[in-house]
Amino acid sequence: MEINGEFLEETVRELRQYFRSGSTRSVTWRKNQLTALLDLVHKNEDAISESLYQDLGKHPVEAFRDEIGAIGKSATYSLSCVEKWMAPKKSDIPLLFFPAKGEVLAEPLGVVLIFSSWNFPIMLALDPLIGAIAAGNVVVIKPSEQAPACSSFLANTIPRYLDSNAIRVIEGGAAVSQQLLLHKWDKIFFTGSPRVARFVMSAAAKNLTPVTLELGGKCPAILDSLPNPSDFKLAVKRIVGGKWGPCSGQACIGIDYVLVEEKVSSHLVELLKKIIRRFYGDNPIESKVISRIVNKQNFTRLCNLLKDPLVAASIVHGGSVEEKHLFIEPTILLDPPLDADVMTEEIFGPLLPIITVNKIGESIEFINSRPKPLAIYAFTKDETLKRRILTETSSGSVTFNDTMVQFLCDTLPFGGVGQSGFGRYHGKYSFDTFSHEKAVMHRSLCLEIEPRYPPWSKFKLEFLRLAYKLNYFGLLLHILGLKRYK
Amino acid sequence: MKSLFLVSFLAPSAPVGSRPFSQHLTTKCFGKQLHFHSRCVLFSSYTCSATLSVVPDLQEKETFDGEKASLLLKDLRKTFNSGKTKSYEWRISQLEGIAKMLEEKEKEILDALNKDLSKPGLEGYISEVSQAKSSCSEALQELKHWMKPEKVKTSFTTLPSSAEIVSEPLGAVLVISTWNFPFLLSMDPVIGAISAGNAVVLKPSEIAPATSSLLANLIEGYLDNSAIRVVEGAIPETTALLEQKWDKILYTGSARVGRIVMAAAAKHLTPVILELGGKCPAVVDSDVNLQVTARRIIGGKWACNSGQACISVDYIITRKEFAPKLINALKEELKQFFGEDLMESKDMSRIVSPTQFSRLVKLLDEDKVSDKIVFGGQRDEMKLKIAPTIILDVPDDAMVMQEEIFGPIMPIITVENIEDSFGIIKSKPKPLAAYLFTNNEQLKKAYVENISSGGMLINDTVIHVATRGLPFGGVEESGMGCYHGKFSFDSFSHKKSVLYRSFDADSSLRFPPYTPEKEKLLKAIFSGNIIRIILTLLGWS
Repeated sequence: MEINGEFLEETVRELRQYFRSGSTRSVTWRKNQLTALLDLVHKNEDAISESLYQDLGKHPVEAFRDEIGAIGKSATYSLSCVEKWMAPKKSDIPLLFFPAKGEVLAEPLGVVLIFSSWNFPIMLALDPLIGAIAAGNVVVIKPSEQAPACSSFLANTIPRYLDSNAIRVIEGGAAVSQQLLLHKWDKIFFTGSPRVARFVMSAAAKNLTPVTLELGGKCPAILDSLPNPSDFKLAVKRIVGGKWGPCSGQACIGIDYVLVEEKVSSHLVELLKKIIRRFYGDNPIESKVISRIVNKQNFTRLCNLLKDPLVAASIVHGGSVEEKHLFIEPTILLDPPLDADVMTEEIFGPLLPIITVNKIGESIEFINSRPKPLAIYAFTKDETLKRRILTETSSGSVTFNDTMVQFLCDTLPFGGVGQSGFGRYHGKYSFDTFSHEKAVMHRSLCLEIEPRYPPWSKFKLEFLRLAYKLNYFGLLLHILGLKRYK
Repeated sequence: MKSLFLVSFLAPSAPVGSRPFSQHLTTKCFGKQLHFHSRCVLFSSYTCSATLSVVPDLQEKETFDGEKASLLLKDLRKTFNSGKTKSYEWRISQLEGIAKMLEEKEKEILDALNKDLSKPGLEGYISEVSQAKSSCSEALQELKHWMKPEKVKTSFTTLPSSAEIVSEPLGAVLVISTWNFPFLLSMDPVIGAISAGNAVVLKPSEIAPATSSLLANLIEGYLDNSAIRVVEGAIPETTALLEQKWDKILYTGSARVGRIVMAAAAKHLTPVILELGGKCPAVVDSDVNLQVTARRIIGGKWACNSGQACISVDYIITRKEFAPKLINALKEELKQFFGEDLMESKDMSRIVSPTQFSRLVKLLDEDKVSDKIVFGGQRDEMKLKIAPTIILDVPDDAMVMQEEIFGPIMPIITVENIEDSFGIIKSKPKPLAAYLFTNNEQLKKAYVENISSGGMLINDTVIHVATRGLPFGGVEESGMGCYHGKFSFDSFSHKKSVLYRSFDADSSLRFPPYTPEKEKLLKAIFSGNIIRIILTLLGWS
């Protein structure tokens, strides 16, 4: 299908008209669409797995854990809560305004645009969609062209399950994105890199469109010297799971690097090697358990990170690459130079630098001297260190003693801060992100407080002074002329 | 350079127009010394502002450029990074400083408002000082509660674990305020920014110069200047500020400038709150208590800074046969409020500036409009006064119906059926507020459901923004983001998710090598169905 300006113009016009018809506002519509989305995911598990395998070499279990299962869970949760979320929130009104009532009503924003990313091409397209539907919007999804199988899966399957009057998929690359950004949207939800995010937000500014930006950053894992060997082993296992597990490190909340005390670094490296071998076998390329690099461009970028001679010298495990299969072995770097690209850019791949510090507390300063990450992971039993990490660093989220699982927690908002983005979603937060909270106040036409109005007098000023202090007794005295003034 | 800039910042500014920057003199006398001991000046200058204030006003105006803005920000970041502003005690001490300032300087504030807008003292008190006071006292009262991490339930998938959401300050934030409520719209966001523990720069509007300079003075005197500053100025100063990387920008003003602010913010990925305006309609049904309705409309138009308010009633829609009654009631009540000669009333604000005055006059003098005036229309260019003016049934393509009026002109649009008003409102960009006067429950319900606006108030005007517990903010052309009370705190905070896990009960399920059994169990767990999980574990599914 040829995407041109005219086509888009027409699409947006149709969608807006449909939104105006009010069809998407009803609870029934929202619930139907969420149910249909669940149906889509359940009935197409194999097709989704297949697309993910084609685009990224994702193993079906990994695909289920990170995408299919997670989407199902998220949609089920929204389905069960949407009615509750839609209910107006009552708010207390001071007696002064009696009789009155106040409430906050969530209303849909209108026509929203979702840009998803290639690393979790199904999850990052459908999870925001769940929020947009729950909030009653009409939606255009622009999947990433860098995961073409998933993109075309979405484009082909969504119209078969969901209301095409309200939910459309538009495929394409940068040119299509630019075209899309020329239109006026009521919200833009973007997942991707800070560089592109700047374009998106600048374009949004022209129409005063609010944006949610889900970006990334170098997410550190702080590994304290846990005295109990089994704790330490478990921590390392979870680090491996949080580095190579999700899409071979191509994840915005994946671990970017590990901070550890010098004295345990060699032990850490040994354990890492052992667990990598256990998870991925002696020949990881053969294992099929680990995703490949998404495309040639990213493959080259990652290889270039390793080409720096000082970085190459720091490799203590792995380092082999295979261009034909776009595969890079799980690679561990011990203390690479801090000014090398591998430590200044987000890695977004299967390379794990280990940075040693003298005292684990120094990692706080290390993290603070860099842009705010989307996630910080810390393995420690030291409550003081936990406290310090919590209060002295800033990041989208902090997870103690595990990796990645915060993403699955519907009750926690997911979103960045600073360079890792702004706005948040998941569960109720997705609903809020795609809603406008309208403040509504009801008054009756009887009972009037005269001092609100001119002509102004001293009596009125004193009345208001007491009223704003909510000093009702004082007010009574004042009205009766019994109050004394200094 | 650095030291000069700091001195210029710390020098208390006073009279309108020319600020007594002391650096000219200081440079002349101690230029070299300052140059070599810039660091020393940096610290000492915080304490020596009192001595500087006696330095006579001999300066030319020093421009505030990008370089200075960047130095200022560096300074604030240093304070922020020290962690000082994060503590509950610091926040409380600053809020108390504001409370004290409001208590002690009420007269000065009201005088400044009067100078800038001829705002009557009582109106200034009601709409600005008292609002700032209640905002500040709410923050003082609730801060501990707001700062508490919010515990949340965790799901089955991540058991065993506990989770909470921690509010942390964003960093250094910029508040760009406006001239119509120059005091409140400066202090209210600043109160929010401080409550959330941020360092903050306030840029008051140069169009209300007396209040701007008063704010610069008061904030310097009452608050911690290592974290809270005022930069006075117009476009060049704002541009210099906008070039910097802030952690949040709150802008109050027009949609046109809102776009510029957001585009500038995009370069640094800075989130923004835009408080804009729009044409706020008031729909008046025919079953209402006329007198109360008229008074409340006047209260939300002419008694509200002469209509120069973003939430002020912009136009009225009513039924054709009801319009004459409503107009009569408005005339009657206007006289009750402001006396026989409306132009002479001391109880009404004037138009802020000659620019705004001529803009409003142009709206009135348009051909399609000038013969529709049914009340008022008088103007006095010298005093910048325009009488409360009612115009009946102007065509929709008249400028007065196309742009936000922001002044004492009130168009009344008549319709056959009151429901026809919905179409008119929806044909325009979403307003910041929408009002409805009726006793008809069905109409109320339809209005609330069908009309989209920032806030909505049934049977009254304006007071919803003074109501605790309601967010204040627009949608679409009327802005994005919201503040007031807890919402201010939230807007200036980052909500950090924190998940605590233990080392117990680890499941190898999540980890490779992946097996069909793992897949099955994983599916059972995600389904959240406990029986399915048990069956799977037992190998029976």
